Amino acid sequence: MTVKATSRNSGNRQPMTDTKLLMLIAIGIFVVMYGAAMLFIGKRFLNTQEIFNLLNNNAYLIILGCSLTIVMIGGGIDISVGGVVCLSAMSCAKFLQTSGMEGVPGVIVSLLLALGIGLLFGLEQGFLVSYLGIQPFIVTLAGMFLSRGVTTMISSENVPIKHEAFLEMKKTALQIPSVGKLELGAIIALLILLLMYLLLRHHRLGRSIYALGGNQQSALMLGINVKRSRFLSYVISGVLSGLAGYIFIMHASSGKTSIGLRSEMDAIASAIIGGTLLTGGVGNVFGAFFGVMILSTIQEIMAASKVQESYWQEIASGSMLALFILMQSVVLSRRGKKMSLPAWIKFKKE
Amino acid sequence: MMQKVNSRNRQGLSQLVIPLAALGILILFNLIRGIIIGDLGFFSIGTRVNNDGNLVLTGNIISIIDDASALAIIAMGMTLVTAACGGQDISVGAVGAISGAVYVRVLAAFGLDHITFPGVLAAFAAACLVTIIFTLFNGTLVSVFKIQPMIATLILFSCGRSIAYMITGSATPQLNAPLINSIGKTIPGIPIPTPIFLVIIMGLILTLIFKVTNLRLYTQTVGINQGAARLNGINPTLIKLLSFVILGICVTMAAMIQVCRLNQLSHKTLLDAIEMDAILAVAIGGNSLGGGKFRLSGSILGSYIILMLTNTLNDMSVKPDSIKAYKAIVIIIIVIAGSPGFKSKISNLWEKIHGIEKKTVSGEVH
Repeated sequence: MTVKATSRNSGNRQPMTDTKLLMLIAIGIFVVMYGAAMLFIGKRFLNTQEIFNLLNNNAYLIILGCSLTIVMIGGGIDISVGGVVCLSAMSCAKFLQTSGMEGVPGVIVSLLLALGIGLLFGLEQGFLVSYLGIQPFIVTLAGMFLSRGVTTMISSENVPIKHEAFLEMKKTALQIPSVGKLELGAIIALLILLLMYLLLRHHRLGRSIYALGGNQQSALMLGINVKRSRFLSYVISGVLSGLAGYIFIMHASSGKTSIGLRSEMDAIASAIIGGTLLTGGVGNVFGAFFGVMILSTIQEIMAASKVQESYWQEIASGSMLALFILMQSVVLSRRGKKMSLPAWIKFKKE
Repeated sequence: MMQKVNSRNRQGLSQLVIPLAALGILILFNLIRGIIIGDLGFFSIGTRVNNDGNLVLTGNIISIIDDASALAIIAMGMTLVTAACGGQDISVGAVGAISGAVYVRVLAAFGLDHITFPGVLAAFAAACLVTIIFTLFNGTLVSVFKIQPMIATLILFSCGRSIAYMITGSATPQLNAPLINSIGKTIPGIPIPTPIFLVIIMGLILTLIFKVTNLRLYTQTVGINQGAARLNGINPTLIKLLSFVILGICVTMAAMIQVCRLNQLSHKTLLDAIEMDAILAVAIGGNSLGGGKFRLSGSILGSYIILMLTNTLNDMSVKPDSIKAYKAIVIIIIVIAGSPGFKSKISNLWEKIHGIEKKTVSGEVH
């Protein structure tokens, strides 16, 4: 609404929404950080393959960022994603190892298994949150416990995958000459990113999720099926987490119980760094993408720098996170002050 | 007026119905199971003479209440923070590790061989101070910079244990003084474990504060509507910071209990993953995680429920790794029983059975 009102006022200078600004800050931080890494660390970061490596290694996290963004726009939260990733990865690994289903059918059935596990968790959590009105944090915390517990029941050891067709598919990669190699998992993650952007931007469900996150009562008054939209946002999140688990084993090719530990926190952090508010109604999946890139670049810088002891690495990445979060907050509050200053603009409009 | 007060009291108490019922069902379940397998060991309370030659109470129930002490104390602080900020502090475990590290460091500075009462007091004070500084860091991010609590505390959640490591180094000093044992285990002459007393003391102090001051009202006001609180002359920033200070004291106390109980400090495992349990305790106790009204007793009850559940599952020889899954199922059942959707369905059913016409307003949203 503000965009419309002021665009009439001053031709091509549209003021940005908070989401866009936060996303731009995230992009800016990423560019600056990567540039600094190029300048001061050099070598590794000068290679274009490094960016692709970031994508390849964090493909599952990008998908989790998307699912968290969608749930958070709807005003909820989903901390079960890490556990669901672990469960779906582990059960796929176990299935590929023990079922004896060779070739392409085995791959397809395992993919369906991963999606099915995600769907089940999504349905359960969506139903409890939206139709029974239970706090999403508790429901998804229970989901996290459940998925982690069931994972250890399946196997508490590493399950390496030696399925031929699966390993063949894992090798599939987009080779761009003189630029680098993009793995299939990363390509899928980027496609999902685009798909979720289109869903949120141009699909009725996406718009309903924004509306219910912004103000549930108004959304209800507008005739939006609030409960169903919220339910579907959790279902999407669950299915995406299941897929993320599959993509994880496509990269790592073995299942273990430590998969995705604390990845829910990384996903939440990246969604927030990208401009999604936990209060709902505001957010963008591309922001989450850049959030993931920022977090993983911090890790890469720490790994590449001379700092050897792991506790210094953790402290450094923690303080970087603090810096970004503070910067975001300061920029947002400064912006609020500037916006309110020129009162004559409002005058003219009337 | 009188009626209003009464109904308010009743509403407050109804918050405790679900946790009390859950506790009752857990006890009943264990009783029936004990009768079936012919071993009521779950409820056994006995006495034995410990290594120092003192008579102490032993038994499952005692150990559950004893083990839940750290969780119960942190849950109290978490309840306040949740009520004031509408969000949770997920860094309590990591900050607790820092707190324990400072505590042990100061004790070591006085000499680990002869730990005296003033030394313990000084260590506690120092740990309190440092912990409050860290929780105030979280509090400042939340109240002044208006960052969502979960994100603000994510910083210390991810690097707090490393800071604890920085304070103590890789050494894991052993604390074997009788004074340490009397904090973490039992005081000679008193058969009940000391941590239980510490929970009671902490609860009494907070209850006293709520009785004497307006803190409860102010906290709830800030949690329900910050703008309205500000217009009524309450400083939301101050109230939020105060809740974080109280959380800091609670975390220090819990860390001290845990360090003294284990007689050693390990920055990796001290109060590990307690943040999730604390949030769970707050929620099981019937408090809204979105801020506003709260009941401390609910959270304390919640933490006892969590420990009793874990203990029951242990008793049934479930694999330690798989306990989480069963825990999750029980949590889901508890929250479904307490959910507004389920409650309205049940009351509809009740009315149908009794042939009373529906008087509730429809169109309620969750």
